[in-house]
Amino acid sequence: MIALIAAHFVVAALLLSPLRRRPVIGAVLGIAVTLSTAVVALVRGRDGVVSERVEWISALGLGIDVSLDGFGVLMTVIVAVLGAGVLTYSITYFDHDGTYARFVGLFVAFAGAMTGLVVAGDLFTMFVFWELTSVCSFLLIGLNDGSPSARTSAVRALLTTGLGGLCLLAGVVVLQLEFGTTRFADLAGVAQAGGAVNAAVILVLLGAFTKSAQMPFSFWLPGAMAAPTPVSAYLHSATMVKAGIVLVARLAPVLADVFVWRWWVVIAGSLTMLVGGINAMRQTDAKLLLAHSTVSQLGFLTLLVGIGTSTATYAGVAHLLAHAVFKAALFLGVGVIDHETGTRDISVMRGVARRLPVTAVAMVLAAASMAGVMPLLGFVTKEKALVALLKDIGAPGTVALVGVVVGSVLSVAYSVRLLRGVLAPDRGDAHSHESGDDAHHHVHGSPAAQWALQGPVVVLAAASLVGGFFAGRVGEWVGAASRSLDDKASYELVLWPGVNTAFLISVAVVIVGAIVGMRVPLRKFESRGVGERAFDATYDGAIAASKRLTAVTQSGSLPAYVAAVVAVVGAAVVTALVQGASISNVVLVADDPLRIVIVALTVVMAIGVLVVPYRFAAALLLGGVGFGVAMLFVGYGAPDLALTQLLVETLTIIVFLLALRSMPRRFAASSRWAPASVRLAISAIVGVAVPLFATAVIAARRAPSVAGDYLALSEPQAGGRNVVNVILVDFRGFDTLGEITVLAMAALGVANLVRMALRRRDTSVVEERS
Amino acid sequence: MTFRRSAILEELVERWLVKVAVLVSVYVTFRGHNAPGGGFAGGLIVGAAFVLRHLTGAPLRVRGRVIEHPARLLGAGLLLAVATAAAPVLIGESTLESHIWKLDVPLIGEVKLVSSTFFDLGVYFVVIGVILMILLSLGDDGARVMADDGRSGS
Repeated sequence: MIALIAAHFVVAALLLSPLRRRPVIGAVLGIAVTLSTAVVALVRGRDGVVSERVEWISALGLGIDVSLDGFGVLMTVIVAVLGAGVLTYSITYFDHDGTYARFVGLFVAFAGAMTGLVVAGDLFTMFVFWELTSVCSFLLIGLNDGSPSARTSAVRALLTTGLGGLCLLAGVVVLQLEFGTTRFADLAGVAQAGGAVNAAVILVLLGAFTKSAQMPFSFWLPGAMAAPTPVSAYLHSATMVKAGIVLVARLAPVLADVFVWRWWVVIAGSLTMLVGGINAMRQTDAKLLLAHSTVSQLGFLTLLVGIGTSTATYAGVAHLLAHAVFKAALFLGVGVIDHETGTRDISVMRGVARRLPVTAVAMVLAAASMAGVMPLLGFVTKEKALVALLKDIGAPGTVALVGVVVGSVLSVAYSVRLLRGVLAPDRGDAHSHESGDDAHHHVHGSPAAQWALQGPVVVLAAASLVGGFFAGRVGEWVGAASRSLDDKASYELVLWPGVNTAFLISVAVVIVGAIVGMRVPLRKFESRGVGERAFDATYDGAIAASKRLTAVTQSGSLPAYVAAVVAVVGAAVVTALVQGASISNVVLVADDPLRIVIVALTVVMAIGVLVVPYRFAAALLLGGVGFGVAMLFVGYGAPDLALTQLLVETLTIIVFLLALRSMPRRFAASSRWAPASVRLAISAIVGVAVPLFATAVIAARRAPSVAGDYLALSEPQAGGRNVVNVILVDFRGFDTLGEITVLAMAALGVANLVRMALRRRDTSVVEERS
Repeated sequence: MTFRRSAILEELVERWLVKVAVLVSVYVTFRGHNAPGGGFAGGLIVGAAFVLRHLTGAPLRVRGRVIEHPARLLGAGLLLAVATAAAPVLIGESTLESHIWKLDVPLIGEVKLVSSTFFDLGVYFVVIGVILMILLSLGDDGARVMADDGRSGS
């Protein structure tokens, strides 16, 4: 299983370079990989739970932990089969250019990540794949990277799901600390309520709700429709947005009774169902209508799998399957209509049924399944949900039932609204006829291409129908899946339940919904949701605040920067000294004549730096101070230090001189960033405190020195007699690594600053000329 | 301010000083494990040689080819250091673990090679790269840019 997941990423990597010009081959490879994943999952899943583990960070006990249980098999098959279908569809949908190669690569990578997510055996593994799907989704929403709205939507989706991902990680860490395990199988036995667990519940649900677009985080999903239709069909209706549902489903049996879980799930789910449904009724763009309907359906699913009773779990898993099938069909169907007639606006669609009869029939079936009309799969699963919620499960159950009934009315209404566009007849007048012919001309491509485009729609729609008739078989399969979540969840699906309460509710829902759907006019009702506005306000606010902060801290005055750094160091040092660091009596006295001369010269040059009016002279004197110190190092038996110091000083002087060539020769008489008294005070305090601190540091040693160990271990362990060098490249090699990285960054920074100045000069020259 | 090119000086630096400096730097780098020296000092010596050559006014060349992308040297050095640090992980040890190979080379006798030498070579290349980048940016071309910039601003 892990190998197959890895295979997805290999195919994705192939599309980045070797297959960039042959995206269709990549798509075929992708179809092969996804289909074989489905087959392997089905075959291996028959012999009970299959577990695999690849060690990752063994010191932390982290590994890629895969456990293929019944639910995993069901989800894997949904992910893989829909993936293969959408890839087939995409071959005709896209032009075969570089963008398509990128699409296929990201798409296959996403399918791999999603497969990993649904079969993950512990929360950390799930989190890793969770984040991978977020990143793939970001890149796929922004596939058309020339469009500003696509980029904005991609960023919105990434920030929202990314924030949720961080919450999830925090929640997972809390669970690990509390229970010592994050394996789903082990959690069931040990989990219990407690203060920290309550926090974990909140965090985990935040993660799930951002991912699955629950209120108030649902705003990013309609925006994600900026992605091409195959992406929307797959990621943003059938698979990725189900990740939160999967998480809730896996944890509900464990955590449903803890703290706010049940109430929150019920309220968020009901609210999402209603708001999504109402928003769907405001749209005329078929794709946006479907997006809002997806939000609504996700609310329904969250509520079912999260409420924590075995019947509801069973119904939730069943409806998860039904929704994936009908929603993918609808999205792809809208894509076909858009591709062939050039519009997806239901208020202007005309004669779709005549031009694309097969697609139209398929969409009617899929929409009927979404509305919950007999005899389709959506009807069977929604019946089951109503039955589950009619059972006496207390106040949350009642609230959920009301939410689901009203939400279902809206489901029927938006299904009808969609079909009003799809089934709108040709208008009889000449103008329309002309445009009809024109549009007819658009139906293009070879029969094979048409088959690839419409085939998946037909297959998925047919699955909704066949699934309804073979409800018993589907029910067995769903039972196997839901039993792995909750071992009591063993029920069956039936097409004809008999006239009972749930059935009567269903009939009433369909009638009321159909009336609402026919009555609401087919025009767009503009709206921008609260969530979206809150997000934009936060986002814009953060950007504005950081701009203001930058303006304050980055004044552009080099002396001010240096003063800030030095003042902070000085403050730290003074604090340490005030708090009673003992100043040592270890004072090195220059005892022989040569050293006295060196020290005297160095001091004179240091004073010279302060008094000379020329920058060049000051730089030279500063170098001289450095040389003096290097000489002292030689005298005290530190040849390595002295050698490096000498070389560094030499080069520093030259760099100084190179830079100073383009600056005024004399120091500026006054500095604007602070009055002279402040500058003088900072200098004086730091100048006095640092040497004092240096002596205090010498006196502050408590632990024994490591010098002896280093000297003893240098030759036998690191094979070097020069202990200074051995410290640099071996004992403290990480420090060196950090230092050379900083050095490299600094050099790149210098080079880029100069290049920017160069570019600015070039543009200003051009401006002068023009 | 530009440097006036002097043929004699250029010849002297080009033909002798730079070559000697590079030799010395390699010596200093490799002896570093047992005696004062090492990659940092060695890199600085090569850097100083390049600075000298720059001061003669000649373009910075290596074997006749003008240096254009010192950042590549920088990256290569960093990569070498990181690779040396990370290599022991591949055989299941902790990072930066040193390995000592003793080779019997005919005529020379036993030669001891320590894996951290490669780390030091990485440092060596990074230092050279840094100096070259600074020279190319702040040196003649860069300085002219900045001087012009200042003039147009005033």
